[in-house]
Amino acid sequence: MGWFKRSKQKISPESQKRDIPDGQWVKCNDCGEIIHNKQLEINLWVCHKCNYHFRIGADEYVSILMDDNSFKETDKKMKSGDPLVFEDTKKYKDRINSTIKKSGLYDAVKTGTGKINGIKVSFACMDFRFIGGSMGSVVGEKIARAIDRAYNNRMPMVIVSQSGGARMMEAAFSLMQMAKTSSRLARLSEAKLPYISILTDPTTGGTTASYAMLGDVNIAEPNALIGFAGPRVIKETIGKDLPEGFQRSEFLQEHGFIDIISERKDLKNKLAQVLTYMS
Amino acid sequence: MAGNVLDFEKPIADLESKISEMKKYEDNLDIKEEISRLEEKVFKLKQNIYNDLTRWQRVQLARHPERPYTLDYIFMMTKDFVELHGDRLYRDDKAIVGGFATLDEYKVMIIGQQKGRDTKSNLYRNFGMANPEGYRKALRLMKLAEKFNKPIITLIDTPGAYPGLEAEQNGQAEAIARNLFEMSLLKVPVIVVIIGEGASGGALGIGVGDRILMLENTWYSVISPESCSSILWRSWEYKEQAAEALKLTAKDLLEFRLIDRIVPEPLGGAHKDHKTTAETLKQVLKEELAGLVKLKSDKLVQSRLEKFSRMGVYEE
Ligand SMILES: [Zn+2]
Repeated sequence: MGWFKRSKQKISPESQKRDIPDGQWVKCNDCGEIIHNKQLEINLWVCHKCNYHFRIGADEYVSILMDDNSFKETDKKMKSGDPLVFEDTKKYKDRINSTIKKSGLYDAVKTGTGKINGIKVSFACMDFRFIGGSMGSVVGEKIARAIDRAYNNRMPMVIVSQSGGARMMEAAFSLMQMAKTSSRLARLSEAKLPYISILTDPTTGGTTASYAMLGDVNIAEPNALIGFAGPRVIKETIGKDLPEGFQRSEFLQEHGFIDIISERKDLKNKLAQVLTYMS
Repeated sequence: MAGNVLDFEKPIADLESKISEMKKYEDNLDIKEEISRLEEKVFKLKQNIYNDLTRWQRVQLARHPERPYTLDYIFMMTKDFVELHGDRLYRDDKAIVGGFATLDEYKVMIIGQQKGRDTKSNLYRNFGMANPEGYRKALRLMKLAEKFNKPIITLIDTPGAYPGLEAEQNGQAEAIARNLFEMSLLKVPVIVVIIGEGASGGALGIGVGDRILMLENTWYSVISPESCSSILWRSWEYKEQAAEALKLTAKDLLEFRLIDRIVPEPLGGAHKDHKTTAETLKQVLKEELAGLVKLKSDKLVQSRLEKFSRMGVYEE
């Protein structure tokens, strides 16, 4: 696997901001092991000791899942139009602009086409660093276009989800992206084209309640938080502590909503293997 | 009654109770004159108040405990309602009701979230918050309607999908997602009406259709003003500001072209006159059905897809 040879798809320093701080050494969020940055990268941002999967950005998933130099990004600079002129303690417009500056991303999803072990796919990957990977008009539109690309070119669709849910600052517009993306997937399905959903930590809210749960095959990374309501809200509702492992990948598989749990290092081959049966 | 008067309704309620008190002495000509003067005053007051409601006040009206609920509309608008139960998988969710009904010349499937009127019935209905079984029951009924070529009407009134432990375990997210997917393919007309609260995915889970209507004093958004306040302002106190920021009223959504039509309510709100509200909604539904039943099913599905495709604002 040539994933560490990434010549063109270089990873920006910001892309490791979420889970992995700058500097040479990183502490594992789970077991506390101190790991060298380079070692972590070679190990695909997974702790060698306890198998904790660090949260990584869309660039990293492109490098892990796509064949070398095969990924061509689309709609890269699509940006929110702030339809509500939303303002809370801060103007949404300012929030967007500062996040663009900080993350180098224009919104919470990267889309394009590429190859997985030689299989050409339409690909979308969310990125938690952009306002919690929230889904607004841009995420909805880019994903809808990616699905159309799959439909028009008769390619499989692969979406990696990592999202806190629908974006509040676009209110009803965000909500409608759920219908927009799901109806496009329905059309893709009618055309007998495969759609694989990959769920990573965390995938919650409107993202889970639309495209993330609609895969012909749903694949999750180990121990990812996956749910509709957030754990805090559920805890407040039922007034009890939540059971161990609740809303984690393994829990969802046990209850019938995830086909495969795959470690990051096996993800690409697993994906390619599944896709060979779906053409 | 007195407990259910909203703050901004109080001046009206006070005048109205004064009038009804005075009506006991209506024989007296002076009093009769005074009554008609006060009635005029009440009418003007109502016009002033209701033409200038804040977004938060609309939210309060949408939640008014005396507002008509789904079954009220079904019984007022249709006859021969046959309620159907269960998702054929797990159980019957009482927070969503549905069945066949006859709306004048139209035989339809009508489905909606159902709130309760008091503590007991609210517990029975889970405050109109459905579990996955509710969404699956709704989908089953929609498929049944499709099989027998009957138009579908959904009535939305929910504070959200239920955020419970079992709901998560049984796939709340999957149930809603599946409905969005399947509803977009339905070969029969689907008319969606927000009759009260339209909160987030719990509302949208029965909300994909060819025509989306909102009653005048309802709200529809990705989150309630209270939850939005608690997340973005980190306090429950900013619900009024959150309601303003979310632009969640029927008027807002029509301006954004996220809905197709506003159904007017009687002056003072739907809770003041159930009959008139239901009669208006019935006429609107008949108008919409008349147009939709003429369309071929492939055309219907295609334009439904295009309708949701247009929603979104971005820069390139
Ligand atoms: Zn570790």
